[in-house]
Amino acid sequence: MKRFNIVGTDVPRTDAEAKARGTAIYTDDMKLPGMLYGKILRSPLPHALIRNIDISRAASLPGVKCVITGEDTPKIKYGNWRLFPETQDEYPLAVEKVRFIGDEVAAVAAIDNDTAEEALELIKVEYEELPGVFDVDSSILPAAPVIHDYCPSNISVNRKIKYGDIEKGFAEADYVREDTFTMQSVSHAYLEPCSALAQVDLDGRITLWTSTQVPYIIQCLLASTLNMRENDIRVIKPFVGGGFGGKMELRAWEFCAAFIAKKTGRPVKFTLSREEEFLTGRRRHPMKIRSRVGFKKDGTLVAKDLRIQLDGGAYNAMGPTATFLCGNFGAMLYRYPNYRFHGEHIYTNKPPASAMRGFGAPQSLYATEIQMNLAAEELGIDPIDIRLKNAQVSGDKIPDVATISSCGFIESIKAVADMSGWKEKRKNLKPGQGIGIGCYSFISGGVFNWFNTQYPFSAAEVRAFSDGTVHLLTMASDIGQGSDTVLKQILAEELGLNMGDIRITSADTSMTPQADLGSWGSRVTLMAGNAVIDAAKKIKERLFGALSARFNLNVIHEIECKNGRVQAVTRPDYGLTFGEAVALVQKANRGEPLVARGSYTPRGKGLVTPAFGFGAQVAEVEVDRQTGLVEVKQMWTAHDCGTVINPRSVEGQLAGSIQMGLGYALSEQFVMDGGKTLNTSFVDYKMPTAADMPPSQVVHVDTYEPEGPMGAKEAGEGLASPTAPAISDAVYHATGYRCMDLPVTPEKILEGMKKD
Amino acid sequence: MKHHINFSVNGDDYSLAVDPWRTLNELLREDLNLTGTKLGCGTGDCGACTVMVDGRTVSSCLTLAVSVNGKSVTTVEGLAPSGEELHPIQESFIKTGAIQCGFCTAGMEMSALHLLNNNPEPTEKEIRAGLSGNLCRCTGYNQIVEAISVAAEQIRDSEHEKEER
Ligand code: FES
Ligand code: FES
Repeated sequence: MKRFNIVGTDVPRTDAEAKARGTAIYTDDMKLPGMLYGKILRSPLPHALIRNIDISRAASLPGVKCVITGEDTPKIKYGNWRLFPETQDEYPLAVEKVRFIGDEVAAVAAIDNDTAEEALELIKVEYEELPGVFDVDSSILPAAPVIHDYCPSNISVNRKIKYGDIEKGFAEADYVREDTFTMQSVSHAYLEPCSALAQVDLDGRITLWTSTQVPYIIQCLLASTLNMRENDIRVIKPFVGGGFGGKMELRAWEFCAAFIAKKTGRPVKFTLSREEEFLTGRRRHPMKIRSRVGFKKDGTLVAKDLRIQLDGGAYNAMGPTATFLCGNFGAMLYRYPNYRFHGEHIYTNKPPASAMRGFGAPQSLYATEIQMNLAAEELGIDPIDIRLKNAQVSGDKIPDVATISSCGFIESIKAVADMSGWKEKRKNLKPGQGIGIGCYSFISGGVFNWFNTQYPFSAAEVRAFSDGTVHLLTMASDIGQGSDTVLKQILAEELGLNMGDIRITSADTSMTPQADLGSWGSRVTLMAGNAVIDAAKKIKERLFGALSARFNLNVIHEIECKNGRVQAVTRPDYGLTFGEAVALVQKANRGEPLVARGSYTPRGKGLVTPAFGFGAQVAEVEVDRQTGLVEVKQMWTAHDCGTVINPRSVEGQLAGSIQMGLGYALSEQFVMDGGKTLNTSFVDYKMPTAADMPPSQVVHVDTYEPEGPMGAKEAGEGLASPTAPAISDAVYHATGYRCMDLPVTPEKILEGMKKD
Repeated sequence: MKHHINFSVNGDDYSLAVDPWRTLNELLREDLNLTGTKLGCGTGDCGACTVMVDGRTVSSCLTLAVSVNGKSVTTVEGLAPSGEELHPIQESFIKTGAIQCGFCTAGMEMSALHLLNNNPEPTEKEIRAGLSGNLCRCTGYNQIVEAISVAAEQIRDSEHEKEER
């Protein structure tokens, strides 16, 4: 393992003190002189034509400054997949038709919240209700109501992957099984409700502060929906109270804030209520997964045929990416010599599903992992052994996808089996007690969505000053995961400086170098980290040149940045402080500031991702056989995220993943009545509290990712996947009930035990 | 009809007129610009808005502003004793990694303060129970629980020192 000074240590988050003191400013904390308060009117119907909207009474209410409907806007559709305009299916405000309960119909801005609220009630909308569809099976029937005219089949995306010879593979199999799995929809449930504040300057340019993971995407899409030039829009991401994939698209309130600010000349702020978040918010895709797998007698996998239908809700949102990715994740973890995938993204009249931590992996890998256990049992092989037999290793190629450059999967499986005492416990637990396993692999950023733009995948700028400090500018977005700290750690390491010597400006699109796709798909550490290193190396080149001249160093001398100095490695006395060296470069260049830009673009890494993380998790549970209640007693995790840049942060990510995974497995679920979300508060939407969390033990498997910055890759998002299958498998071990339709509820367990 | 109320926040006295339906959360965030206290749900379910009123924690989103007439309110901005210094709870939250997005932090710290005021030596179970009204979606709570036990120890140690002096 490589040794570092700052990378690999528990540096406290650089924003932690401001957050601990309550001085960190989030979007809704901001107020500007003359600011108006915005509210959105939403559709109460899941599918309807808009016949008429009468805003006259609302507009004449004292204190109301602006009321808009879709008809007032430029009516330009948007969506994150700009490269495929046909997938852009959403208007900022509904035009002619609404497609889910919560679809945005009109917006109001007034001098205060109460007035805005009152005005909403005065808007009269005449709807003509249309029949709706609420599940994928009915949506694809030939006679089903059409949700978008451009898409008569209601199937908006078809994605196929194929390699090897699937028929031949199954013909060679000694054992074939086919299973169907379904998964529920769950909420990101970030604690900070979405908020956006727009201001227009004297030249008509717009500044938008918004709670987002993707400032650059907001900038582009806002520009296109407003018919403005990209650089006439400045997007600033203040502190963000969590995202988990739920804040990565342009949304109606961001558009409305900007549009109304332009119209009125006054700043406008919209902040959603928690009820709006739950009732209408983005969510994880419910999926229906049919998977056929073939094995040799000895447990060797020979083929997999995977069909996934995603219930996308009313718009594409990030669904096309999820459709793409769940097929890629289906081919991960194990070696499938013959593989076929067909994914369909299907419209229904429900709130759109979108990206959520794991992005297709939690669903796809739930099926993979449970099916592995089903097969292991039939073949008479221990679940650990069947995994070890088929596990992917460094150097494996996934056709058309990538070569896995580093992989600690086998080590993870072995470590977690050891830690948990698997062999003993799987044999000897008492009735009602169980132990189960789940594994994951995840991407370190996507390649597929950005490869044919003129931009790098990530960019960084480093400015060096003669007082020994540097300023790092990057569009990478810290949404609570800690990327500002990690990028500073990487820069401090590279330049031999302390954390305190670095100022960072991140995620302000008018200041930070273009571009960066934002925080999602676990791209930041690897991609932005590499961009930072690239910029730092260019600064070092300049400093080393100056030092070499100053001390008349022989060209073969190695020079380093260390402990705040720039010096010859073997003769540290031939050296200067970092600030002196910067001054020297500036003098040599007659005052020109010392600035360097860096960027990262994966090359020759395939279309999916430059690097994969891996890991395995074991859960131990106790199930009350009278009530069906599950208590998770302990979690063990072993994972491979390459070099650990900040151990505490990685452990925090892991614990957070377990919380989400525990909820996904046992308690979280959107309860729907047709198109209506019934549980719209934290009381009715049950996410685990501090008292529900099991003790947990973790080991980081020691690997080094050659493509990653200082050997690092994805950490924390992949871990959203293994918890549900591990707990579900443990419940099976304890009770004999095998869950094929998440979540695992007490009712299902009791029912399942009866059948036994 | 607005009501006139007198109250103090973090030691500062205020006197102002408020609508009877205005919440303490709005009073703090909108009227006094004390935005350290957050609003996560507005229905008393998440704990992000937790503050102290006369030494007891309340959900400021459910508390009416008029009800703090004559009372003293402490928010996260009043937690640190003065200027540069941090409260041991804040210090341990920073050190242990208990803060990710930070949106639950103010409420968590206020609940921790209440817990430690009433139970200076809480067990892990008691800490977890004490946080049951505070939701966090980022940390999985473990580092928050650790932070509170570290803070408890810190506070006990410094009380000892005081006594010995
Ligand atoms: S905002 Fe008050 S409890 Fe959630
Ligand atoms: S740190 Fe994000 S909600 Fe707790």
